[in-house]
Amino acid sequence: MKSIFRMGIPVVGKNYFPSNIQGLPTWYEVRISGDGHQSASNQLDIIVAMNAQTYQKDLLAVDAGGWLIYDSTWARSKLLDRSDITVIGIPFSKLCNERFEGVRSRILMKNIAYVGALVALLKIDLDIIKELLNETFASKKHLAASNLEAIMLGYNYVVENFTHPLPLTVKSLNKTKNHVIIDGNTAAGLACVYAGATVGAWYPITPSTSLMDSFQAFCNQLRKCEKTKKNNFCIIQAEDELAAIGMVLGASWNGARAFTPTSGPGISLMSEFIGFAYYSELPAVIFDIQRTGPSTGMPTRTQQCDLMICAFASHGDTKHPLLFPSNPEECFYMTLSAFDLADELQTPIFVMSDLDIGMNDWMCPDLQWNNKYQPKRGKVLNSEQLDAMEKYYRYLDVDGDGVTYRTLPGENAKGSFFTRGSGHNKFGGYTEDSQEYQDVVDRLLVKWETARKMMPEPIIDYSKYNKTAIISYGSSDGSSREALHKLKKQDYNYNYCCIKSFPFSESIKDFINKHEKIFVVEQNRDAQMRSLLMLDLEIDPVKLISILHYNGNPIYANFIIDEILKNDKKVVAA
Amino acid sequence: MSYIGKPKISHPKAAKNSIGLSKRDYEGVVSTLCAGCGHDSITAAIIQAVFELDIQPHELGKMSGIGCSSKTPAYFVSQSHGFNSVHGRMPSVTTGANAANRDLTYIGVSGDGDSLSIGMGQFAHVIRRNLNMTYIIENNGVYGLTKGQYSASADIGSKAKKGLANQQKPIDPVSMGIALGATFVARGFSGDKEQLVPLIKAAIRHKGFGLLDIISPCVTFNDNEESTKSYSHVRKFYHQVIDTDFVPPAEEIKAKYKKGEAMPIKLHDGSKIVFRRVDKQYDPTDRAAAYTYLRNSAKKQEVTTGLLYIDEECDDMHEIAQCSDRPLSKIPYEELVPGVEELAKIMNRFR
Repeated sequence: MKSIFRMGIPVVGKNYFPSNIQGLPTWYEVRISGDGHQSASNQLDIIVAMNAQTYQKDLLAVDAGGWLIYDSTWARSKLLDRSDITVIGIPFSKLCNERFEGVRSRILMKNIAYVGALVALLKIDLDIIKELLNETFASKKHLAASNLEAIMLGYNYVVENFTHPLPLTVKSLNKTKNHVIIDGNTAAGLACVYAGATVGAWYPITPSTSLMDSFQAFCNQLRKCEKTKKNNFCIIQAEDELAAIGMVLGASWNGARAFTPTSGPGISLMSEFIGFAYYSELPAVIFDIQRTGPSTGMPTRTQQCDLMICAFASHGDTKHPLLFPSNPEECFYMTLSAFDLADELQTPIFVMSDLDIGMNDWMCPDLQWNNKYQPKRGKVLNSEQLDAMEKYYRYLDVDGDGVTYRTLPGENAKGSFFTRGSGHNKFGGYTEDSQEYQDVVDRLLVKWETARKMMPEPIIDYSKYNKTAIISYGSSDGSSREALHKLKKQDYNYNYCCIKSFPFSESIKDFINKHEKIFVVEQNRDAQMRSLLMLDLEIDPVKLISILHYNGNPIYANFIIDEILKNDKKVVAA
Repeated sequence: MSYIGKPKISHPKAAKNSIGLSKRDYEGVVSTLCAGCGHDSITAAIIQAVFELDIQPHELGKMSGIGCSSKTPAYFVSQSHGFNSVHGRMPSVTTGANAANRDLTYIGVSGDGDSLSIGMGQFAHVIRRNLNMTYIIENNGVYGLTKGQYSASADIGSKAKKGLANQQKPIDPVSMGIALGATFVARGFSGDKEQLVPLIKAAIRHKGFGLLDIISPCVTFNDNEESTKSYSHVRKFYHQVIDTDFVPPAEEIKAKYKKGEAMPIKLHDGSKIVFRRVDKQYDPTDRAAAYTYLRNSAKKQEVTTGLLYIDEECDDMHEIAQCSDRPLSKIPYEELVPGVEELAKIMNRFR
């Protein structure tokens, strides 16, 4: 995949793997697209079938006119023939068994040899392959040599036995300059380092684990004190998600930037503490790398199914700001926003990623940094400011924006107050007085409206001639854009709005008001974004038509196109 | 307002500690617990201990969960930050707080319901981390705020104000703490302040997890004759095995002990704990022997008190994690952010 990327051709990879340890069959899907489309595709031109037990399924998956490459060391059943595709048999096992010693090495090399076959069949640049091998095995030169040998086995077999290349080849382009291939969890973990987060607490859960792995790896490299070699960070693997969020709140109470990565089941467990943080007004950054629910669901499959639980996590009147990154690049920048917003609004902020964004390889423009960036730490009074005050009260709305002033423990006795989830008044004292209680929860609504103005704006692609529009968000963005692109070619034109955050900004309300019909594209069964739009903006439900994909695999453009055309066949080109 | 502050005027001749504060400066708001509640005696002992240790009020973090016990941090040291968290989750909040700022002193106040039922998991895991904190369990064997249900520490046969005698086996936090590897384990009685104050001081100065199980009778729901957590029972079966003195860093050990009777242990800040064995069989540095002794005395319904186990050599959470000596929350952002050039280098790894 990297060799194709280095040929300047946009390429993305998606891993389809079971929730298991022993190593059951796994599929890795590579999409090569001159147009740069990054979302899943339901079209499979070439399948390399390396697993005998999935051979039949793989054979059926190839599109008509496509190719199936398999290990022909062992004969395959004639029952499995298909006349509408080309089957290419290459004896990978035989070739490798003759050349390499040892069971392990033979199996590993078999999985390298097929790359050689693809290089010959698709006309991939062999020099780039060599360059990548030398980089990958820079410190183990003998491995570079043996891997190349395996690649050449596959390559030469194709050259000697088949007409090559195939009618379908890759052609160098210049579309990947200043781009990287990265997954969302890696980008988010890196952003936590850049945001200045020092405390990360977590409980391992698929598909969020690699986010903390990324933070740990970057911290080991970039966050050791030069003099003492000690860690300028603290990562705590908690006993469960309840403890993980508790640790985050303890750390942020003390002024550290703290975060926890998790997935749906973790959010369920954290709910009580999330309500506590909302009411006691403590910052926290929570990454929800969504996976297929409900309950344990399908842990290694993707969905956008946690909007409702995150937006309203915990009992009582609570609501929380959400961010919706669409790809790893946005995971990076939105993580920075999340830390700033959490500090400025003194409340938990959710970064709503998912398995598709978090764990799959996407092509992104190089992540950029500005050395002038300073974290926005919000309204925190230091010791001198406290000394200058006559008296300090925690929950007084001095500025009228619903955001009150915090103090940190250890600074100044004058700033001390009691952080509590029980009823409190604007002075920070315990209360059971109706009016005093209501003053505080009403002020939290003022803060909610302040949040609305601070959240990232949607991306809107607007032409005033279109009466129909599409709304999507997060990992549904890529397929929605691809669908728009393809529909346009068929003279179906729609306006587009990609939502980036909740609570929704005025611009989303305007956008919806300007259209007669809106397709809301998302990856859950119950149309959770549609519900949120109805609740938060009081949109007429009739206007919002759901396009829902929730089988656990990522949504793809042709699905959206089919669904739209089912509903909108009579649309006249603008 | 539903809470009552105490007047802060103290007698001009009231004794002051070395940082110039009187005991009044360590008081909190007026307690809303029942008159005679053991918890209020513990609050008074905490005030005495932090006063004598010269702790700056704003450098103390008061942590708690939910329950009668967890209300008490409001009743001591008003000038400290307090964190009254959710039920059974004080250990995780204190872990995070300590991770961010290791320079503060943390006193967590919990109860038998908060620690031994809903919070059992967090209680066990904070011990594993050897978090540098003082963890007080105000243990009365009963749920007070919900009006008198048995807790997990109620003894078999214990009879509360209403209902039948308890038939389930109790969980003993002290035996559990010793079994789980806690590095400082003590038991006290709310009615014995003389013993309690040095224990609290030693727990605070201990570098690592200081567990203090304090039997604290509930006068409303569990102070009848049949209850093993009643004043009368504890007084009858009170069995002190180790008497403890706390000696601050600057002071010499003045009291004279007979040879073989006293055993001083130096704490990391230079202060010392001096044990005197009331029961000569007891050795507070032998984990296995301490555990066996406690199980045997529990069979006799004895309330074994004193500093029951100490290990001053274990690494705490920060040392295990090799964290910076500076509080993480105080490290300037400039030292935390890698900058433009590093990011460019990182990007090259992803092509």
